[in-house]
Amino acid sequence: MGGGVGVSTTSVLGGVVKRREDPALIRGTGLYVDDLQLPGMLHVAFVRSPYAHARVVSVDASDAEAMDGVRAVYTAADVAHLGDLVTQVAVGKLRPLLAGDKVNHLGEAVAMVVADSRYGARDAADAVDVEYDPLDPVIDLKEAASDAALVHEDMESNVLLAWEGGPWGDEEAIAATQQTIADAKGRDDTVSVSIEAVNQRLLPMPMEPRSVVADWNVGYGRFTVHSSTQIAHALAGGIAQTFGLSLTDVRCIAPEVGGGFGCKLNVYNDEILVCFASQQLGRPVKFTETRRDAAGSTIHGRGWVATATITGTGDGQILGYELDGIADMGAYSQNFTVAIPFLGLFVGAGQYSFPTHWKVACVHTHTMTTDAYRGAGRPEAAYYLERAIDAYAREIGVDPAEVRRKNFIPADQFPGAATHIGFPMDTGDYETNLDALLETAGYEDLKAERDRLRAEGRLVGLGLATYVEVCGFGPSALVDLGFSWAAYKIPSGFSGSGLVRVQADGTASVIIGTGPTGQGHQTTWAQIVSNQLGIPVENIRVSHGDTAESPLGIGTFGSRSAAVDGSATYEAANKVRAKAADLAAHLLEASADDIVFADGGAHVAGSPDQQVSWSDIATLAYQPHRLPEGMEGGLEAHAVFSPGNATWPFGSHLALVEVDGDTGDVKLLRYIAMDDCGNVINPMIVDGQIHGGLAQGIGQAMFEDGDYEADGNLLKWSFVEYPLPTSADLPSFELHRTVTPTDINPLGVKGIGEAGTIGSAQTVVNAVVDALSPLGVTHVDMPLRPKRVWAAIQAAKTNGSVS
Amino acid sequence: MYPRSFEYVSPGSLDEATSVLASTEGAKVLAGGMSLLPLMKLRLFSPDVLVDIGRIPGLSSISDRGDHLAIGAMVSHAATASDSAIAEHAAALATAASWTGDVQVRNQGTTCGSIAHADIAADQPSAALALGATMVAASAGGVREIAASDFFVDTLTTALEPGEILTEIRIPKQGGASAYEKLGRRGGHTDYAVAGAAVWLDVSDGAVSSARVALTGVGAKPTLAEGVVEALVGTDGSDSAIAAASERALEGVTVLDDLFGTVEYKAHLAKVMTRRALQQAVAAAT
Repeated sequence: MGGGVGVSTTSVLGGVVKRREDPALIRGTGLYVDDLQLPGMLHVAFVRSPYAHARVVSVDASDAEAMDGVRAVYTAADVAHLGDLVTQVAVGKLRPLLAGDKVNHLGEAVAMVVADSRYGARDAADAVDVEYDPLDPVIDLKEAASDAALVHEDMESNVLLAWEGGPWGDEEAIAATQQTIADAKGRDDTVSVSIEAVNQRLLPMPMEPRSVVADWNVGYGRFTVHSSTQIAHALAGGIAQTFGLSLTDVRCIAPEVGGGFGCKLNVYNDEILVCFASQQLGRPVKFTETRRDAAGSTIHGRGWVATATITGTGDGQILGYELDGIADMGAYSQNFTVAIPFLGLFVGAGQYSFPTHWKVACVHTHTMTTDAYRGAGRPEAAYYLERAIDAYAREIGVDPAEVRRKNFIPADQFPGAATHIGFPMDTGDYETNLDALLETAGYEDLKAERDRLRAEGRLVGLGLATYVEVCGFGPSALVDLGFSWAAYKIPSGFSGSGLVRVQADGTASVIIGTGPTGQGHQTTWAQIVSNQLGIPVENIRVSHGDTAESPLGIGTFGSRSAAVDGSATYEAANKVRAKAADLAAHLLEASADDIVFADGGAHVAGSPDQQVSWSDIATLAYQPHRLPEGMEGGLEAHAVFSPGNATWPFGSHLALVEVDGDTGDVKLLRYIAMDDCGNVINPMIVDGQIHGGLAQGIGQAMFEDGDYEADGNLLKWSFVEYPLPTSADLPSFELHRTVTPTDINPLGVKGIGEAGTIGSAQTVVNAVVDALSPLGVTHVDMPLRPKRVWAAIQAAKTNGSVS
Repeated sequence: MYPRSFEYVSPGSLDEATSVLASTEGAKVLAGGMSLLPLMKLRLFSPDVLVDIGRIPGLSSISDRGDHLAIGAMVSHAATASDSAIAEHAAALATAASWTGDVQVRNQGTTCGSIAHADIAADQPSAALALGATMVAASAGGVREIAASDFFVDTLTTALEPGEILTEIRIPKQGGASAYEKLGRRGGHTDYAVAGAAVWLDVSDGAVSSARVALTGVGAKPTLAEGVVEALVGTDGSDSAIAAASERALEGVTVLDDLFGTVEYKAHLAKVMTRRALQQAVAAAT
């Protein structure tokens, strides 16, 4: 179990090392894209649609073009030759770089203004006169799924596909599962409990909005692009693909990135368009989102409506789970859009072994594209499952912990356990984890306390939920499932890489293919390399984010960096270690097998007094004339790692809440998390990831609402209308761990970036519904803003039953 | 989030400031800027000239002038929230200031700015109203006093004329006790008020002898709830008397809905917040 570990400067895996990137971030000396000022740099502002759905009758830019400092105004016709936005999972309508004769969501870019200053660009954008002929938008998901009106008139249906399983893809087996569940429903000794719930749209809103600077060097015929992105290599490939260039003609640099959460896991039309403008105008061109741009024109997350049904016996044996849902893709598909519910499908049955029929249809609407947002499909899947299990437990009057325990995939099925769609899982021990949570939290005492307060008339509730996550992508064989990244000229699928170079002075440079958006790669990777080489963490510098120097890596998302690129770096460090052992053996006139690395150098086992330093070893490596015959000079290694599976972290969470019955105000009193992400490299960083993840899940449960109005308007343009959770809104989290290492990578790590988010929203909602259950409330949709909770209480009082 | 082009002037005296305001069309006073600058960045409001009063001496203090407290135009929310004289004589305002914005906003924004801006969901305007504050407005033509009850005209609209600066607000040292209660948009006291109520009352001989009650968040402007006062004064201030009086909180108020509350909900909350604030004030006054 983790937590409470004192800070040390040791480099061993599992030790707390203070984040090496923080001094620069705290002192403001880190470089973010918008800090970049290049000579002659021009600025972009977009003219964006004020309508969700309209014909573009005309675009008159003459006033804007005549303004001082305006260099160009581009419209769809100017960029038509570049095609639609380059897209990996190209299912559905792809995004035009600029809207042509129709706009299909509020905030869609209609024209791009390039000017000498960002103020001038904004002024000119306001002066572009666009005439629209507004049309009725399709916003409601059920209406969209019915095809009563088409989002895109040249498509036959708004429904792009439905993810259905399992087992996945096997129609006969799916029908058999449905029959099994139907049979269970027909039994006299079973009950079926359904909830219909909205998993509302969320706006990612990273602290640093997206920003991009493109610089076309006509002499070299090369783009240098700085972008606040999670996927520098994919961006380089996407630009190369769009402009017919080679990968070496595009250098992308992701410097400090201030949060991403998946929304920077896309190649965006603005990134392509600034490249185009730079090429046209022969000047560097910058676009930095305003918060308003970020809210309306960067991808959104979630946006599902679904009905979840549990069928089981009166004593808690679940015999079937069904999910029937619709997921909002927005108007255009981008990088992963339709694949997000697919990630939910993987974990549709969570930690449980019951027959599951899971179906989610992906539909276009006249809204901004949805794509990966922290958890991406898995929070939605876990939300419906865990809400339905709680509703069932309440209906049959069995403790919700007991119901879950009864239906777990047993620990003795690992290795070899598979998900409901037949996909193999790595490791798991769900009962141990749940028991640890309940014991740590004092579950029985908490229940007694809740019941005592409830008897006094107070609305106190306990909420429990478990989750299993699929992450750490992944096997390069995913290429064969269509996740090839070919659109971005990256054929490697999801493999990772790392390069370790020991410099002549004995310090080490580590260059990795992924880069952080806050995850602490510079610290964690230094720990991995330090652990293998014995070079102190402070003598290791980790570089990332520059495609001209870093080995190919897909990016930081899907809780994959440590598991995949970290493992690659581990293997690269081992290669360096093997060569260093040969070098040290040469210096010490011993056998390489007898070399021990310790105390910042190497010695022969049993003779620690005769130590050679890493500087001695590296100096030898860089003086080829002194090397043993046949040995190459230099001391560096590169490794590529492709795991045999994804990883499957899991956990269980418990929340204690009190509701003010007079106002509907929800107070989150305690939040206790028992996560299992396998081995832990740096407990402090893992705790930090869980903190942020919980805040985002609780943010969805209690505060955030990114849904559009019925007319397609989005009334959330700033943090006034879109409240994010702050530290003041949250209790001090109680974090604990069980450790079940994975066997699919050498570090035994599973990933922790998304777990907190995947586990938390339903935990809080379950607690609030529990608090309100004496009133007869069985469901309240997120976010649990006071007005909604109060309305549920009023409805229950009026109806004497459900809200 | 880039404002339209504007001129910026930073006068060194009040006279200079009022003369710039008098001679410049489209000029707007800038104090802490916490409400004005976001509106400008969203291009919802684009003044031609900003007159920054932040460098004018003498506007940054809270003074005890015997029969009243004076809060200068540049006094921050944080200063209002932590001042001992305000805590003693105007607890409702101290509480309202402490629940305004976040730490950064409270350090940069000003009490007078919040009152002059008159956002429908701001905290401090209702406290000023309940405390019977007097607003002091300076212009090139001189100085005038405006009663709080005449000050709030409509949404984002006050009785201040274009050439006037709200130089201070005066709170009478009137005895009794005051309190402020709200439900914030993020629950608890955080963020703008979904609904809030500020109250001042005095108790003598076991009865509520006088009172003022003001609501925020529910209507187009902070509003005095006269019906509550009418029902409450003369009672013993018991919970039941307060509950009955609070039922009249919305007389004369047209409740507006928004993202954070329906009309029905905000109407209910206004009564709850009135009741809670009254209970606190009665407890403090007796």
